[in-house]
Amino acid sequence: MGKRLIYGALLLVLLVAPFVGYPMFLMKVLCFALFACAFNLLIGFTGLLSFGHAMFFGFAAYVSGHAAKVWGLTPEVAVLAGTLSAACIGLFTGWLAVRRQGIYFAMVTLALAQMIYFICVQSPFTYAEDGIQSIPRGKLFGVLDMSSDTTMYYMVLAIFVAAFALIYRVVHSPFGQVLKSIRENEQRALSLGYNVDHYKLLAFVLSATLAGLAGATKAIAFGLATLTDVGWQMSGEVVLMTLLGGMGTLIGPAVGAAVIITMENYLASLGSWVTIIMGCTFVVCVLVFRRGIVGEIEHRLGGKD
Amino acid sequence: MKRTFVTSAIAAATAVFLAGVSTSAMAQGKLSGDSVKIGVLTDMSGVYADYGGPGAVAAAKMAVKDFGGKMFGKPIEVVNADHQNKPDIAKNVTQQWFDRDGVDMTVENLNSAVALTVQALGKEKNKITIVTGAATARMTNEDCAPGTGIHYLMDTIALSNVVGKAIVKDGGDSWFFLTADYAFGHSLEKDTSEVVKAAGGTVKGAVRHPLSTGDFSSFLLQAQSSGAKVVGLANAGGDTVNSIKAAAEFGLTKKQNLAALLMLLTDVHAIGLNTAQGLYLTEGWYWDLNPETRAWSQKYEAEMKKKPNSNHASVYSSTMHYLKAVQAAGTDDTAAVMKKMQDTPINDMFAKNGKLRPDGRMVHDMYLFQVKSPAESKGAWDYYNLKGTIKGDDAFQSLAQSRCAALKK
Amino acid sequence: MTEIFGVPIQALMGQLMLGLVNGSFYAILSLGLAVIFGMLNIVNFAHGALYMVGAFFAWMLLNYAGINYWMALVIAPIGVALIGVLIEKTMLRWLHQLDHLYGLLLTFGLALILEGIFREFYGSSGLPYELPQVFRGVFDLGFMMLPKYRVWVIVVSIVLCFFTWFVIEKTKLGAYLRAGTENPNMVKAFGINVPLMVTLTYAFGVGLAGLAGVMAAPIYQVSPLMGSNIIIVVFAVVVIGGMGSILGAILTGLALGLIEGLTKVFFAEASTTVVFVIMAIVLLIRPAGLFGREK
Repeated sequence: MGKRLIYGALLLVLLVAPFVGYPMFLMKVLCFALFACAFNLLIGFTGLLSFGHAMFFGFAAYVSGHAAKVWGLTPEVAVLAGTLSAACIGLFTGWLAVRRQGIYFAMVTLALAQMIYFICVQSPFTYAEDGIQSIPRGKLFGVLDMSSDTTMYYMVLAIFVAAFALIYRVVHSPFGQVLKSIRENEQRALSLGYNVDHYKLLAFVLSATLAGLAGATKAIAFGLATLTDVGWQMSGEVVLMTLLGGMGTLIGPAVGAAVIITMENYLASLGSWVTIIMGCTFVVCVLVFRRGIVGEIEHRLGGKD
Repeated sequence: MKRTFVTSAIAAATAVFLAGVSTSAMAQGKLSGDSVKIGVLTDMSGVYADYGGPGAVAAAKMAVKDFGGKMFGKPIEVVNADHQNKPDIAKNVTQQWFDRDGVDMTVENLNSAVALTVQALGKEKNKITIVTGAATARMTNEDCAPGTGIHYLMDTIALSNVVGKAIVKDGGDSWFFLTADYAFGHSLEKDTSEVVKAAGGTVKGAVRHPLSTGDFSSFLLQAQSSGAKVVGLANAGGDTVNSIKAAAEFGLTKKQNLAALLMLLTDVHAIGLNTAQGLYLTEGWYWDLNPETRAWSQKYEAEMKKKPNSNHASVYSSTMHYLKAVQAAGTDDTAAVMKKMQDTPINDMFAKNGKLRPDGRMVHDMYLFQVKSPAESKGAWDYYNLKGTIKGDDAFQSLAQSRCAALKK
Repeated sequence: MTEIFGVPIQALMGQLMLGLVNGSFYAILSLGLAVIFGMLNIVNFAHGALYMVGAFFAWMLLNYAGINYWMALVIAPIGVALIGVLIEKTMLRWLHQLDHLYGLLLTFGLALILEGIFREFYGSSGLPYELPQVFRGVFDLGFMMLPKYRVWVIVVSIVLCFFTWFVIEKTKLGAYLRAGTENPNMVKAFGINVPLMVTLTYAFGVGLAGLAGVMAAPIYQVSPLMGSNIIIVVFAVVVIGGMGSILGAILTGLALGLIEGLTKVFFAEASTTVVFVIMAIVLLIRPAGLFGREK
């Protein structure tokens, strides 16, 4: 009952937010919240640290941007195209990456992401340093004009809510239980007869697809897809958002994303200090705040009773 | 106990969120017709920091101060931001400036990728965007924004027309390009290739390097093995400096000539006269041209401790021109101000009879310089010998040749 | 001029030499990573940042204190090693019991802090570092130009790598180190100060990175970004070579540098991705790495 109340309240807040706040900022928070929640599927619920998630986010952004700008597709189709491209990359990289565990897995994902980054630098369709600019928002389903920031916001919100609901269902399903058991003790899961590699790959692809959804949506909302979206700093950022918010909790990553994006926005004028602060947040979280914001709250709740 | 905690947790979270959301909302609606707010967007710490950077901000502030600091009784505000050469940061900042912070005009806006983003945004929001430090000719052609976008200093066509032609005339008829892999580099390579071929030369090939490359050795090796007489550097700022230094280290200049297609005074300063001497380059302005330029440069040097380059001078000149136009028009409405800017010729220390054309191009004279040898130079910043003055109409592409679709209607 | 496969021999040899120089840096850095991972089971993401710090120390020594390259070769790595001691004693110490991933995350955060600090104070475009006079110029061998400094780099790197390998594999000190990784409790029971060994190992590993930084300073511009650019390639090198073997790290680093150089000649567009492609192939055929022993 308590959880439902929280979700309901938050949904209400999100529904009225564009009339109180700045829609562009809110959309950014939502896109990154989705990105972080998708990432959390892998680390929080399956125990796999991917250090290259930007490849899904950024590549989907490029594909979606290209689809909308060059092929002239409507926004929902463009986003779909981007999401599918992320799924494909997820399948390919996941298949390679699950061959290793733990640290090696993380390093492999990092290296594969860097490979995708350089491929993006070389590919003509990404326009390298310039990025894909002036991506049109188009008309949703061919009818609804998306040029208003508020209208665009509701599309982004709808995507976020749908994806979040999906993650919720997955986590609470039998599939999700197996993932958690793999996180806790892979050997035991194996000995119970589960094809651990298949489950890991499935989780990886799902996580990649949703991360791609976030990136594809971001490209349409902001009209820009650049190398920053596929860079390793972006991969590191999403890790930080999830760590700060609370790995393994459902809304933790979203909260972490909100905090980090807000911080970046207000401290933008400080330039490199943002990087320094992010680094410090990492260090502090790893040393003394491993449960993250939501994780800490949940722990206190559980402990007090 | 638990319910209270949960409730307070929700309340706290919502409060934090709304606080973040509403403080951004509070800034909305400050845009007033009376107060003029200017944004200087540039690279403050990266490969182009010496081109624009803090010097550009200082130049804009100097213009505001010399104008009197006030417009119709209200103080003129200058804000600035560092885009770190990333178009997404540039777009974010400029969007917020236009949407929420009441900025009326942005100036500087190097590099070319940023300039394209900002100009498109200015067109969308109907705000004046003045680009000085970026060079791609796409600004007044494929990506033009006639009612709002201004391209003030130089472009890749002018650069190739002046430097390219001069070098081919000198005997450099086979070229190999070292190109910065983004809008600017591609434009410069394309425009210079056309000039070279039109003058009867050949282009043997090109190699692309990422923006802000530290080590040019492997690219220069490719240039060396091409056998071309001239290695054209289609890059700028720190990249040009590093290319030239590496070329010296590898002995490239023993058998081939270097052509720095875009080089500013601050680059020559970084390379040093020993290595840079003899290089041909073109700029739109130089501090030592005449008494007016010298006087202004002295004022700038007093504040920044170094002489200004042509980009800094153009920021000053364009900002002043804008402010005068606002004053003459009596409003900061974009269309009215733009008309005044186009109708009034620019006559200041930066240009004589400079003209702002409908496609956004500001046409002014360009100068061909050759870098002095250490013996010829009388001191710091005394680096150039003037080799020729090229009239604006000859250097820049004519209006008739423009590929700006919006103008043809 | 003579050509091999349609490529002038001068270009080929030139790129191979540059490749060998890059390979030398890969070798030293992956060696340091392997040593640290062997002892502490931590993947030191800060390795690239500490390499950058080494380069900056050299630059600072020259520009603030007038201390030349030769002294910097000694002082800067010691400085970086001291930073390593600080990091290990105040932060890494607490992570021993936890999942190894936290070590990666912590060192990633440290890398961000270091990069941010230097970028804040020195900008990101890179600072020049002057070559000592004796190294300026090239050996003109006719079929190729051989810049003197780069020869020095290759020689020093190879000597350093094999010296480290020798110490670890063939000496008593090395035996203690290797035993300490296998079974710290047993080694403690023999009266050996394992925590001290751990700290010194980390310091040594990052000191190597710092030394690589000093050597890199005259070649690449001294820039806050130089560490992050190289560390990811080094990670790939380590995955290819396998973390278990010191020799594997060295050989793989050198080999990959050479392969990168060759790619630049014959298929230039692929040069940035070739290392990762090879990593993907190795993962398919030999997941533990070419020289690896699965831990």
